Amino acid sequence: MVEFNLPANSKVGVGKTINAASGAKRAKTFKIYRWSPDDGQNPRVDTYVVDLDKFGPMILDAIIYIKNNIDSTLTFRRSCREGICGSCAMNIDGTNTLACLKAIEEVKGDVKIYPLPHMPVVKDLVPDLKHIYAQLASIKPWLQSQSPAPSRERLQSPEDRAKLDGLYECILCFCCSTSCPSYWWNGDRYLGPSILLQAYRWIVDSRDEMTGERLDNLEDPFRLYRCHTIMNCTKACPKGLNPAKAIAEIKKLMVQRR
Amino acid sequence: MASNSKTLRSPLQIARGLGSAKHGTEHWWHQRVTAIALVPLTIWFVFGVIRHLGADHAAFVAWLQSPFSALMMVLTAVVTFHHAQAGLQVVIEDYVHNEMAKILSILAVKALCFVLGAACVIAVLKISFGA
Repeated sequence: MVEFNLPANSKVGVGKTINAASGAKRAKTFKIYRWSPDDGQNPRVDTYVVDLDKFGPMILDAIIYIKNNIDSTLTFRRSCREGICGSCAMNIDGTNTLACLKAIEEVKGDVKIYPLPHMPVVKDLVPDLKHIYAQLASIKPWLQSQSPAPSRERLQSPEDRAKLDGLYECILCFCCSTSCPSYWWNGDRYLGPSILLQAYRWIVDSRDEMTGERLDNLEDPFRLYRCHTIMNCTKACPKGLNPAKAIAEIKKLMVQRR
Repeated sequence: MASNSKTLRSPLQIARGLGSAKHGTEHWWHQRVTAIALVPLTIWFVFGVIRHLGADHAAFVAWLQSPFSALMMVLTAVVTFHHAQAGLQVVIEDYVHNEMAKILSILAVKALCFVLGAACVIAVLKISFGA
């Protein structure tokens, strides 16, 4: 039935407070979710007060500063620090976004940082993405064709290429999927906005010849139709894409081919 | 998400699961079509009832006996309950995760909607044909 009791680890306690901003002109408080698989403790929220004049303007700059200078046990993913790798996706100030693209001054008051919602946590701000990567693999995100491989590039008209705009830019940070209540409740079977946007990126590609099989693979009450047009995905996307529209286009094609 | 009994399976095995049901479009499409059909039907129904505020039983029966009113009332009942069972099924599928509880509650909702819809139709026909 409906689960009313939360798992033991969802009770989040209050952790330590470290003030590293004595004498700072611009002090800011960061409250960061911490959980380690090694100590058998419940998660806690640690508080770090830092001097904004010591590092760059983005949230990622702040947590890198905290890890380098205050608490080296703080664990998170990051790589490109310019919004193209998707590694530093986390829940900042109540919204899923990329730490490298979110300016600290956008956050009023204390900065609260949690891992992406409703994913198993590996440690601190690092979510376990095994299942969602497997879901991505299940839609075969690569070009598939029936006709023999051509001796040169597969040609595409500029109009057909334009159909991929707004889709190819997705960096798979999963801010959208982890903001979707349907994905929270039924993520084991529902593919979620990010994977469905990827699926549509190949459905709409004029060079792909497995469009029907791709639609067959999605036509399912859970894989596709758990989308109830809640639109959290579109609101969350740090790249300004519209996964909800991609899903709506898939639903239209499902009706069109009947 | 992944429980302990599943830890020895590959993530792709879990994600692919039992495969696609190749089904669901009809359900989704019916829900949209019935929603649109309910716009004029509900407006007619609400205005029909408001028009008879304070009217006696005989006036209401006379109104419902007209072929047009009877037709609209039967359509309203059938479409409403069809839409209701489709929508409630989705709600149950969203939130009930025990397979047995899910199937039983969906069947119960469908049975209830079917019975209520049929009862409405019979009531309208009975009034309409004055039995």
